[in-house]
Amino acid sequence: MSAPQIHIEALPRSVQLVLLLGLLALAAFPFVGSDFYMSMVNRMMILAIFAMSLDLLQGVTGLVSLGHAAYFGIAGYALAFITPANEPISLYASLPMAVGASALAALIIGFLVVRTHGIYFIMVTMAFAQMVFYLFFDNKALGGSDGLFLNFRPDAVLIDLENKRVFYFFTLGCLVAVYFFLRRVLWSPFGRSLAGIRVNEHRMRALGFGTFRHKLAAFTLAGALAGLAGFLWAAQTGFVNPELMGFHLSAHAIMMVILGGMGNFAGAIIGAFSFEYLLHLFKDLPAIGNFNTGKHWQMWMGLFIVALVIFAPKGILGLLTRAFAKKEASDD
Amino acid sequence: MHTNPNRRHVLAQGAALMGATASGLLLPQHVLAQSGKIRVGFMLPYTGTFAQLGVAIENGVRMAINEQGGKLGGREIEWFKVDDESEPSKAIENANKLVQRDKVDVLIGTVHSGVQMGIHRVARESGVLSLIPNAGVHMATRAQCAPNVFRASFTNSQPTMALGEAMVKRGHKKAVWITWKYAAGDEAYEGFKESYTKAGGTIVKELGLPFPNVEFQALLTEIAALKPDAVACFFAGGGAAKFMKDYAAAGLKDKIPLYGSGFLTEGTIEAAGPAAEGVLSTLHYGDGIDTKRNNEFRLNYAKTFKMQPDVYAVQGYDTGLLLIQGANAVKGDLSKKADLYKAMEGATIDSPRGKWTMSKAHNPVQDIYLRQVVGKENKVIGVAAKALADSGAGCRL
Amino acid sequence: MDFVNFLIQLLNSVQYGLLLFMLAAGLTLIFGIMGVVNLAHGSFYMLGAYLAWSLAGMLGSFTLAILVGTALSVAFGLLLEKVLFRHFYHRDHLDQVLLTFGLIYVFEELRSMLWGDDVHGLQVPEALSASIPLTDTLSYPVYRLFMSGICLLLALGLYLLISRTRLGMKIRAGAFNHEMTEALGVNIKLIHAVVFALGVGLASIAGMIAAPVSSVYPNMGGQVLIMCFVVVVIGGIGSVRGALISALLVGLVDTFGKVLLPQVSGMLVYVLMAAVLLYKPEGLFKQ
Repeated sequence: MSAPQIHIEALPRSVQLVLLLGLLALAAFPFVGSDFYMSMVNRMMILAIFAMSLDLLQGVTGLVSLGHAAYFGIAGYALAFITPANEPISLYASLPMAVGASALAALIIGFLVVRTHGIYFIMVTMAFAQMVFYLFFDNKALGGSDGLFLNFRPDAVLIDLENKRVFYFFTLGCLVAVYFFLRRVLWSPFGRSLAGIRVNEHRMRALGFGTFRHKLAAFTLAGALAGLAGFLWAAQTGFVNPELMGFHLSAHAIMMVILGGMGNFAGAIIGAFSFEYLLHLFKDLPAIGNFNTGKHWQMWMGLFIVALVIFAPKGILGLLTRAFAKKEASDD
Repeated sequence: MHTNPNRRHVLAQGAALMGATASGLLLPQHVLAQSGKIRVGFMLPYTGTFAQLGVAIENGVRMAINEQGGKLGGREIEWFKVDDESEPSKAIENANKLVQRDKVDVLIGTVHSGVQMGIHRVARESGVLSLIPNAGVHMATRAQCAPNVFRASFTNSQPTMALGEAMVKRGHKKAVWITWKYAAGDEAYEGFKESYTKAGGTIVKELGLPFPNVEFQALLTEIAALKPDAVACFFAGGGAAKFMKDYAAAGLKDKIPLYGSGFLTEGTIEAAGPAAEGVLSTLHYGDGIDTKRNNEFRLNYAKTFKMQPDVYAVQGYDTGLLLIQGANAVKGDLSKKADLYKAMEGATIDSPRGKWTMSKAHNPVQDIYLRQVVGKENKVIGVAAKALADSGAGCRL
Repeated sequence: MDFVNFLIQLLNSVQYGLLLFMLAAGLTLIFGIMGVVNLAHGSFYMLGAYLAWSLAGMLGSFTLAILVGTALSVAFGLLLEKVLFRHFYHRDHLDQVLLTFGLIYVFEELRSMLWGDDVHGLQVPEALSASIPLTDTLSYPVYRLFMSGICLLLALGLYLLISRTRLGMKIRAGAFNHEMTEALGVNIKLIHAVVFALGVGLASIAGMIAAPVSSVYPNMGGQVLIMCFVVVVIGGIGSVRGALISALLVGLVDTFGKVLLPQVSGMLVYVLMAAVLLYKPEGLFKQ
């Protein structure tokens, strides 16, 4: 096994500028883009929140979870269950409930799982997520494999979330809030100890830190934030099914975090957008002669992932900082 | 830290990247020129376990339209395709690709009932003409029926509605039912339960396993212990082939006759081999229907696509015929919705399965055949139910 | 349930468990000895099944298909190890997870391009197509007994290889202390290649013998992969003995669960895993 990675934590000015530009572009998008693409970008933002929550766990604390989607799905289902068939539920009641459900699940599962290490942790998180998946998949009472529909978005009283544009800005607001919150956490004593655990857990323990408690807290917080993303997803799409808790979504989340660059949350956002955009791109590739390129999108995606791991294990931010560092060096 | 030129450089590069990305997203994948063509969108499974079915359906649609000159109501056609991967969680997003992004006039799809629910949502919200070439989920032509949604296939309970009486007539009055526990399986059971009990049969036990699980051994053992007169089931695709094989390997085939909703033996006979021999099923189609229409259809399909057609191809073909009738009635102007819908509601489709008409809820009223597997095909041995209509319960059309 | 049914369900559990063992054994060896987690292991199972189907069609004999198929799979495994996996033994688990997840996609597509997306059936060979009557309605297929037999034989072979041969000794040494073994003059690269090929071979053979029973269809590796991981985790990573016991346990829980508690049968195996890990966080037989 290799040494735990030293991640980019302090974002260079250039990256901060790019983020700001991105924020402006996102804010302007609803006024220039079509309905279809606005929905797509909205989904990307929700996945960015999901990716950031995983980054807290994986990038900062070093706990690789192959089952993070479980907490994404649980909140979505919670919203689906409490939304009545004929009228909307209050946002102010449903959001805390859904996020709370995810946080509780993360706390319980985390308590059982955080005691394991390395490859066991990876497999055990996957297994618990599968357990949750089957719980919903096998039981018609919980919707079964067909899933559940939501007939209304939550009622926010002051703003109308049924309006696509309003919902878009609500999501954007959540995205920005979560980002700044997590950046705060990263530099707080709690966040510093999490980073310390990633780099060398034994040393942290020797220094007197209760690493179990810290890891469990990180796991729960990550689960809660994943729940926020899941809540938004269910509200936007109006449909939940067990795939929201599935292995593929968990693996996609890991890829988003790695693609962008781990440990600083900006990478998670960049990774989420890039990954989703790539998927969209691959699926819509025009045919080359007789070869139906778009149909075989899984191949292009797979090759891309393999290439990413081989050539750019630190993700896009890693590549960018390397490029800027080289430029700096050559400028001198 | 960084000197000014670097910052400007980054700003410029960043803005360029943002701009390129944004315009890449904005620029529609297919140029929306005012071409005067009718836009037809396929939302079908082109990958995954149902890929065969998606291909067969598209083949059928295209064949129907090409036979009539390749135009709809005199207008040229522009085709669009989206792979729904049989994934219900992406259904709404995929349907919107066709409806919002590609702005199709007609959406033809899909196979999987879970995905259909998503399409149905989008169809009801957007009003796009939605033609269902397979998915039998009840609500699309029952409680949630809509004027712009038409089905050219079946409801999940139609085949099994005809099964009950057929079984009792042949002396099998105590049966065990087995299927996957999902919408299609539950709805198939609904039809079976109603028809079987009405005809005087008793359902000894109802067995189920989660979809798409194919470990049947445990349940086959239970069936053997229950010793019913017959077993009725709903399975489709690879799982159906495996079920028949496991059923035979467990020694049940010759002792307890096996019946099924026709999908049990559609496209699965080759995979199941001798285990399928003699299995009885009910469906709105059978390869061996000996009519001029069917024989012609089968010949042409085999010549054009170099493979044998199945019920999915027929459903696709009929969808094409339905669309043609509608488009012809409005001379290609699909915006004349009232006339378009009226024409489709009143259509009589001269299908390879036999002539059928639309019910009030926009589902086929059709004959259901009793078939038996003989050699490599489903031989039609009788008509299990004539002009069977789905109840359409809860539809307010 | 009466005794005969119980017996039959027991046979079913053992047969399923043994098949899982074939897959889990390869996975646990590869992980235990090279430290590589391979999410694409299920793809080798699928490879075996498709090879069995297409070769049986081309060569006309099931036995021949298995022999040729095994040779092809092992060759493929060796190639994959040399070109790709070898460079990942020292990498983070995260990178391995990612790499092999990407490989799953690539293999699915290769399968689609080579063999298409249709579902296919493979006939059980004539000689093994009989069924043994156990009650007046139920028979047990001879072929399933054959499957269990082959798995047991291979399990025995694996045991003998690892505990009674020089190669096995070197393998065990390599797992215990990598650098030391190399320093002692053992060609550790060869050992790794052999172990990887062995893992791929076992998975592929499992797919081949399961093909007549399970049919051959897209994504057939995915479902079996996750079960495989559960078996490995319960048994203890790196322990072949653990994999055997754990596979049989999982087979029992899964089969009887389906019959006795169908509502929760999908979850039961994971509950089992959680219980085992609470008691023994590193699996039943820590290596």
